[in-house]
Amino acid sequence: MKNEPSAIRALVLAGLKKVLEESGVTWEHEPDDNASLLGPQSILDSLGLVTLLVELEERLEDEFDLPLTLADERAMSQKSSPFRTVESLASYISTLLEEESQSV
Amino acid sequence: MSEPQVVFITGTRKGIGKALAEHFAKNGAIVVGCSRKPVEWDLQNYSHHIADVADEAQVKQIISTIQKTHGRLDIVINNAGIASMNHSLLTPGTMVDRVMQTNLRGVFLVCRESAKVMRKRKYGRIINFSTIAVPMNLEGEAIYASSKSAVETLTRVLAKEFAPYGITCNLVGPTPIDTDLIRAVPKHKIDALIESMPIKRLGLFADVINVIDFFVKPESSYITGQTLYLGGVS
Repeated sequence: MKNEPSAIRALVLAGLKKVLEESGVTWEHEPDDNASLLGPQSILDSLGLVTLLVELEERLEDEFDLPLTLADERAMSQKSSPFRTVESLASYISTLLEEESQSV
Repeated sequence: MSEPQVVFITGTRKGIGKALAEHFAKNGAIVVGCSRKPVEWDLQNYSHHIADVADEAQVKQIISTIQKTHGRLDIVINNAGIASMNHSLLTPGTMVDRVMQTNLRGVFLVCRESAKVMRKRKYGRIINFSTIAVPMNLEGEAIYASSKSAVETLTRVLAKEFAPYGITCNLVGPTPIDTDLIRAVPKHKIDALIESMPIKRLGLFADVINVIDFFVKPESSYITGQTLYLGGVS
């Protein structure tokens, strides 16, 4: 299934690598599920995170034909941001996809 | 020969929007337009969408179609707008909502969705419409001028946010032009307004097109967040 957690994590990682490449960022270690996307440890700057979220919204729409909005009020209001790491972002996306599939 | 540019213009059914569609199509661009009602004219290299720019789903649909059909979007001209010319004491709240929906929300949605496509090629030109009613603080145009003032601020912020993606955002601020937008305004009021301007005549479509041609040139890549008022108004 393409919406399995591992597939979503792969989608996020692929988007992340594309954004890093486009912005000319090189990495010592291949980004993995624990790669930090927010804060001082992040491999992205704030514009990079915006670009990643736009890139992922587009990939998700292509893949699932669902117009998801990742940076909505709900994401912003969470005590612990879903954009912390690749894993937390993938988990948030899985939750949104699950909700979308139930609402159809 | 380079590929034709793809231009999206809102509010193309008549007036300046229609003139802009004709201008860009004549110069070899692929032009996509939209309006709430169907157009009653044909134009080569032009496709039309019936849409309300304040409707998020409809805006997303148009931009997605442009991306899928043409694979690029070079120029966006947010021409669609509605005016409310009346004394504030006679302006209903529903009119405020309508003007803001089209003039601010519509422009924002089109800019946001367009920039998502433009960023892929690290190139884009966005032109928004202001009005001389903003710097002149014209009486009777409180809501219209306020909505355009908001568009000016929006454009300046977008200019900063979109600059890293190679997208410029600028504004043209026309004087009154002989279009439906001012047809309901009494002639003596238009005459008085023209008299207060440095260059004392109505604007022409060609005046607006000239400014837009300047902003969309590839050579204008170092110009963003700017408003150019016509008629010598500043």
